[in-house]
Amino acid sequence: MSLGTAFWRLLRRDLLLAVRRGNEWINPLVFFVIVVSLFPLGIGPGAKTLQLIGPGIVWVSALLATLLALDGLFRSDHQDGALELILLSPHPLSVLVLAKVLAHWLITGLPLVLLSPLLGVLLHQDAKVFGVLMATLALGTATLSLIGAIGAALTVGVRRGGVLLSLLVLPLYVPVLIFGSNAVASAGMGLAVEGQLSLMGGGLFLALALAPVATAAALRVSVE
Amino acid sequence: MYLWVHKLGSPRYFYSFARVVAPLLAVFCAVTMVWGLYQGLVVAPTDYQQGESYRIMYVHVPAAWMSMFIYVVMAFASAISLIWHIKLADLIAQKSAPIGATFTFLALATGSLWGKPMWGTWWVWDARLTSELVLLFLYLGYMALHEAYDNPSTGAKAAAILALVGVVNIPIIHFSVEWWHTLHQSASVSKLGKPSMPSSMLVPLLVMAVSFKAFYGTVLLWSVQAKVLEREYRSKWVRELLLGAKT
Repeated sequence: MSLGTAFWRLLRRDLLLAVRRGNEWINPLVFFVIVVSLFPLGIGPGAKTLQLIGPGIVWVSALLATLLALDGLFRSDHQDGALELILLSPHPLSVLVLAKVLAHWLITGLPLVLLSPLLGVLLHQDAKVFGVLMATLALGTATLSLIGAIGAALTVGVRRGGVLLSLLVLPLYVPVLIFGSNAVASAGMGLAVEGQLSLMGGGLFLALALAPVATAAALRVSVE
Repeated sequence: MYLWVHKLGSPRYFYSFARVVAPLLAVFCAVTMVWGLYQGLVVAPTDYQQGESYRIMYVHVPAAWMSMFIYVVMAFASAISLIWHIKLADLIAQKSAPIGATFTFLALATGSLWGKPMWGTWWVWDARLTSELVLLFLYLGYMALHEAYDNPSTGAKAAAILALVGVVNIPIIHFSVEWWHTLHQSASVSKLGKPSMPSSMLVPLLVMAVSFKAFYGTVLLWSVQAKVLEREYRSKWVRELLLGAKT
């Protein structure tokens, strides 16, 4: 089969599996909402404070929810042997990895983006920032999925790899977090956000170009 | 020249090389460090603005330079081990990581001690400090990944990939003071321009940087020597070396 067919088949398979196992996409979403709700409970419900730190809260919670979902990216395939079969295919592994990461983003990242305005309301965010919030989260979660796939591939063969995955991947997430929440905060103050959005777009394209290659190399090392 | 570099990839040749070079480096390190510290802490003139407390720069700046230098060495060694499958390169990367992490921590700690009298705060989330902290996390993640694998050679390969992925942080740290004008001061020493420091202050700084590099070289050579003995304990040359036996 051609590379395009293989890409589409793998994407379709992952999406079908996720739809059938509702857990895979519902759990990170619920986690996202719960973590966002924890902050007002921990910090205090004052509207002014929440308005100030709201973008940061949504962004950090989105980051943690993405991390939670990343563990399952390769693990279930590794456990039933499907990952080895994918590795044996004649098609370039980085393209197949891209299919899996795209499926992962559609399952976990996109719902986060769509749910974010609701959480913005919970944190007393102005409606005018919702557009920027969704745009930065869309660009950001895609980048996070790509970078996180490297970590997931490196830790797929490790026992208790979940915490190690967070340790490896969070330092690489820091620039995305900084620009994403900064963009939303600037939008809230009425300042321009083109700079931050451009840098995030640039980061996404850099990750799109390089992360699948690193992930493929890491998979070959982990699965031996 | 290339033949010599290639020969260094053999554990036995590396061991005999290190046996000669490491003690020399150690002496050189000791001499330059004593001279540099004396010049920096005692002889160099008092700063008109910061007084005596600027002298922590003679430890802080070389430590920060080393933290970035060692990560780049690690990335190079990782690339060599992945491309040419040279196990010694893996060992160099693996043994550099704790040294690099220590220098990063030293840079952060001495910077914090300098920041309290100078800026009035132990810490601030400016670009340079944050990216240096991220570097510390990258070092720790590298060491954690190495330990997580039961099979040491798989662990080495996985950690090598991680080191290469994380090397993007180094230009970010370096250029962070130019891209963001926050609290940490911009570069005073550059390769191309005139430094903004008088030579009486600059020379001890450069001597300390050289002595820190020599320190890194010595400790690295000693650790890799020990690891080589551990790995090659079954071979004849190790047994002859340690037991003096001719089997």
